[in-house]
Amino acid sequence: MNMEKIIDAENLTKKFGNFIAVNDVTFQVGQGEIFGFLGANGAGKTTAIKMLCGLLTPTGGKATVAGFDVFKETEKIKNNIGYMSQRFSLYEDLTVAENLEFYGGVYGLRKNIIKDKTDYFLKLLNMEEERNKLLKSLPLGWKQKLAFLTAIIHEPKIVFLDEPTGGVDPVMRRQFWTLIYKAAEEGTTVFVTTHYMDEAEYCGRISMMVDGKIAALDTPTKLKEKFNASTMHEVFVKIARG
Amino acid sequence: MSIVKVNNLSKSYGKTEALKDISFEVKPGELFGFIGPDGAGKTTLLRILTSLIIPDKGTAEVLGYDVVKDYRKIRSSVGYMPGRFSLYQDLSVEENLKFFATIFGTTLEENYNLIKNIYIYLEPFKKRKAGKLSGGMKQKLALCCALIHKPDLLILDEPTTGVDPVSRDEFWEMLGGLKAEGITTVVSTPYMDEAKLCDRVALIQKGNILDIDKPSELIKRNYRKMYAIKSDNMYGLIKSLNEFENIDSVNIFGEYIHFTFNEGDENMDALKKYLSEKGITEIEYKEIKPDIEDIFIELMRK
Repeated sequence: MNMEKIIDAENLTKKFGNFIAVNDVTFQVGQGEIFGFLGANGAGKTTAIKMLCGLLTPTGGKATVAGFDVFKETEKIKNNIGYMSQRFSLYEDLTVAENLEFYGGVYGLRKNIIKDKTDYFLKLLNMEEERNKLLKSLPLGWKQKLAFLTAIIHEPKIVFLDEPTGGVDPVMRRQFWTLIYKAAEEGTTVFVTTHYMDEAEYCGRISMMVDGKIAALDTPTKLKEKFNASTMHEVFVKIARG
Repeated sequence: MSIVKVNNLSKSYGKTEALKDISFEVKPGELFGFIGPDGAGKTTLLRILTSLIIPDKGTAEVLGYDVVKDYRKIRSSVGYMPGRFSLYQDLSVEENLKFFATIFGTTLEENYNLIKNIYIYLEPFKKRKAGKLSGGMKQKLALCCALIHKPDLLILDEPTTGVDPVSRDEFWEMLGGLKAEGITTVVSTPYMDEAKLCDRVALIQKGNILDIDKPSELIKRNYRKMYAIKSDNMYGLIKSLNEFENIDSVNIFGEYIHFTFNEGDENMDALKKYLSEKGITEIEYKEIKPDIEDIFIELMRK
């Protein structure tokens, strides 16, 4: 990979007692990639993501995220990544603009920058009229798009999306992915988990975790060729069932 | 006789209309799906059918019983699996099953035949506490508990949400098995691709039923000529297609983008010329049959 490595994990391992949740995992993710991180429930995805976000100390191996060490520089990692989960954490009782102001402030952005970002984001989402509305008055799909932009307000090198599109309607789901494409095109690395296998196809590369190990890693096209499958759903089932 | 018969049902929470005047029927032995996103009204509807909330307007009969007046009869003859995991986390797999069997005045042994094919997945973990099971296993246990009293109707609220594709496949195989046993099932899901596994589906959005029929009929009825296209520059392709004036709809679907031309305005050569002017030359396209998700998006636009 000749582009900058935003994630560089080597033999990364996490044990809980005798249980090996993440077992000797090695992979890299480059700048501007949309990287799909798939696996069955309980395969170790969440544990791996927690280590990469600096929330959980690995048992063994090494890894850097955005250039920082997951053992020693976890605070720097937290400042230099974005994170959004399905239970995204915007404040329902704040307005749209106040939410952005709050998160911009948390990341130490100056007031004028936050204002410029807010203007830009609301224009991008076609939500200028909702600027001063309380978040709780908005439909779920709008909140999800706003949560994504909030997660990248500080222009992190990488954003982690943990099942970002759960439950939204098919139109909103696609608008969300258009935002992801745009962020990647502008150089942000996107690390995403999903249970929608059509979304797996939108990723540049996919890794599939089975029992704590990466069982396959490649582009969706190559994975389909390799497993003689016509869809990513089939690939998933073939890999997960072994 | 219909197993479920709903007429002009409405339910609001304050100003939010969760269900707007909906009507449908479910016939004996059907596997009937409610397909729609969060906030469509699926849970509200299933809670009305199980007598857990009372509708504002309209009527609903389940197994011939009125959901308001005859709620006791409904509760003892319907098997219900709510959206949120609602078994006892501190009880083991076996204890949960025994508990639900006892409540309904039966035993695990009496109806073991019905749950056998599902319980074999759980048996190795029967001493494990329910709270310590994986997502897929919890869902199988919840299904067993809903079946333990041999219900005449099974109502499942988003049983496959947040569950990985392998467990989803297994779960639908089980529902197919129950159908073969003659059990009528009403199931809700946000996953559009699960529609094809149902006998009939209702597509539901913002409290309205957009359409209701066999999956194959829904596609025929709403058919429009549709193309799938891809290139190595997908983001550029999406942007360009959206800007092209003769195009009606553009939606990404897996590795392809699905699009339709404006009615009576189909011109593939003009599109290719336009795309190549935009620098998008390596394209691959084909005419396709729309699937349920295409149809859902189309109906939402109307």
